[in-house]
Amino acid sequence: MKVLEEDKAEEKLTIGVLTTKMKLTIASGKGGTGKTTVSANLTSYLASMGKKVVLADLDVEEPNSALFIKSDLKNTKICNKMVPVWESENCTLCGECARVCNFNAIVALPSEILVFPELCHSCYACSELCPTNSLPMNPIKIGEIKEYEAENFSFVEGRLDLGQEMAVPLIAQTIEYTDENFKEHIKIFDAPPGTSCPVIEASRGSDFVLLITEATPFGLNDLKLAAQTMRVLKQNFGVIINRDGIGDENVQRYCQDENIPIVTKIKNDKEVAKLYSKGELIYPKISHFKNSLDEIVEFIGGIK
Amino acid sequence: MKIVFTAKGENWDSPMDPRFGRMDMLVVYDEDSDKLEAIPNNETEMMEHGAGLQTAQKVLDLNPDIIITGNGAGQKALEILKRSNVKMYTGAGEMSLKEAYEAFKDGKLQAQF
Repeated sequence: MKVLEEDKAEEKLTIGVLTTKMKLTIASGKGGTGKTTVSANLTSYLASMGKKVVLADLDVEEPNSALFIKSDLKNTKICNKMVPVWESENCTLCGECARVCNFNAIVALPSEILVFPELCHSCYACSELCPTNSLPMNPIKIGEIKEYEAENFSFVEGRLDLGQEMAVPLIAQTIEYTDENFKEHIKIFDAPPGTSCPVIEASRGSDFVLLITEATPFGLNDLKLAAQTMRVLKQNFGVIINRDGIGDENVQRYCQDENIPIVTKIKNDKEVAKLYSKGELIYPKISHFKNSLDEIVEFIGGIK
Repeated sequence: MKIVFTAKGENWDSPMDPRFGRMDMLVVYDEDSDKLEAIPNNETEMMEHGAGLQTAQKVLDLNPDIIITGNGAGQKALEILKRSNVKMYTGAGEMSLKEAYEAFKDGKLQAQF
């Protein structure tokens, strides 16, 4: 989308104009840096400015945005994925299914074929390549998407069922649900932590990714990994330094050296942690936090 | 009797690997011929998921009577191993192969199944 540019005249960073359809992913390398805090507060703040906005919690393995949002359930959608089911009748136990599976989801034993649905990526290779059509694909439930109505914004949550290992299909379905049902809304995606497939799925369709980190050696290590991931995806991204004041200068130096914009620094403040622990929104009560949100809104092109 | 050890090395003095699915090395001891054979298991390093399943299948291909390991196999690997006649003994994760073999013969290891 827009080319990242610095507005030299006002010394303010901006990525252009906030459109009604903008998709923004809040991600991080390291866990616990403040993705959910920023996502929930930014969504509520944009809504308080009169914007149509929806927040989607894509951390489907352990969604927690709901803890900070008072809302009413509006809709529940069951999410399935397709997995092969072994039919023994015509099977010759040739083992081709296990050989073509790239995900170790099928084991061919001398007397039977074992399918492990948790590992299946629904690629259909085994099913299509089976010479006797003994592995038809069938849907199994992997989780749920729930849509909630908060005071002035909407909230969508993907939640994987216990024991399910594959987050990506549900993340994709949660994004699809949000895109289809909130066409004219600004979409804020609260991503899972890390740099593996779930984060990539949560980031790749977005207009911009905000990587939240802290200025510690751990924060820097994981920020580098996340930044590399975003570069592979050719994804525009910027950095938010949370708990500013702890740690050292190395995150800031890294961002400068790499020409990564630092969108805002959120001060390290015990009062923020106290409100968070009570499941309350931060910006209505703490002005420096609100100032940081203003810097984010300004950066993404919103009008104050 | 054929015994598979989950190992970090290739001989009797090597330490055991307490892990099953991601063990460094399968060491096979054939009591009848008194032969020790080491089979690397490093391909599981690159597997994000399903290492236990692949290792279980590899072990079963050797058709052993006994597996001696440390922590025991995970749920999915067990599902496969239990379909054969192999027996698994655990608790040897901190020993050398030699110590593990002796502990097994002295009945000091727990049978996982």
